[in-house]
Amino acid sequence: MRLPRWFHLLGSPPFVYGLAGRLVPWLRAIAIVLLLVGAYWGLAVAPPDRVQGEVYRILFLHPQVAYISMMAYVVMAVSAGIGFIWRIKLAHAVAVTAAPIGTTFTACALATGAIWGRPTWGTFWQWTDPRIMSETLLLFLFLGYLALRAAFDDRDKADRVSAILAVVGVVNVPIIHYSVIWWNSLHQGPSFMKLDKPSIAPEMLTPFLIMIAAFTVCFYWLLLNGLRGQIVERERDTRWVKQLVGGREA
Amino acid sequence: MMEFLRMGGEAAYVWSAYGITLAVVLFNAWWARWTHQQALERARASLSETRTLKTPTVRQVE
Repeated sequence: MRLPRWFHLLGSPPFVYGLAGRLVPWLRAIAIVLLLVGAYWGLAVAPPDRVQGEVYRILFLHPQVAYISMMAYVVMAVSAGIGFIWRIKLAHAVAVTAAPIGTTFTACALATGAIWGRPTWGTFWQWTDPRIMSETLLLFLFLGYLALRAAFDDRDKADRVSAILAVVGVVNVPIIHYSVIWWNSLHQGPSFMKLDKPSIAPEMLTPFLIMIAAFTVCFYWLLLNGLRGQIVERERDTRWVKQLVGGREA
Repeated sequence: MMEFLRMGGEAAYVWSAYGITLAVVLFNAWWARWTHQQALERARASLSETRTLKTPTVRQVE
């Protein structure tokens, strides 16, 4: 089977560096517009909740941030796996770029959840809540991945060893998602990601969906943005990077 | 406006959650920019290093 040309180009660092450079301004602009519209809609237009009052407005970002934290892990694990199996260095670069983004978004999901939990559940933290615990495990998987990489001086070895941790840890992602169904939890069951109609009022569902789109675009903006630095770092001694930084003799 | 900022008495919760999320997004944008610039600088440094190495010494010229 012959693979299309663009597929091969996606493995070429200078091509991806240039492509990311062209996409980043667009993704940034779309992310900022969507985030502003979604935040305005969620904070000012959507009506207060009958039970939770105004504090429910945190739910226009907490689930979205948590969803990005899981997506960041899946992106990290899949690209680390691709890098490990087919020895594609660019795939490892994607995994390494996704890791700090995922770490900060996971911490943010836990923090915003705690802030929302205090007035709603009466507690910042609940050690027996399976979703809080599996999300905390996700944070430690990200931190473990970064710490493991830092333990190696040789980048190739760090790529290979950390890829194994990333791929093994991906089993935690469906656990986070299904934890509210499998176990009794303070968290509510799914209200949007389910087969029948979403159980959210339309005037609240619209900003909820806008924020999902906003954070998704935001994630890919941050990922491609970070990937550019990672590519330059890994390709430092190549001809094209030397040309890029102004070397004539390269 | 004040009513909006008060968030029905839940201002501390709502605004801190939005503030933390904004800080996380801004941090990631800054981090990407900073690491990219650091990488470019290191590439420049390694380029000038090879240039220095390639410049023949007086003895070699003689």
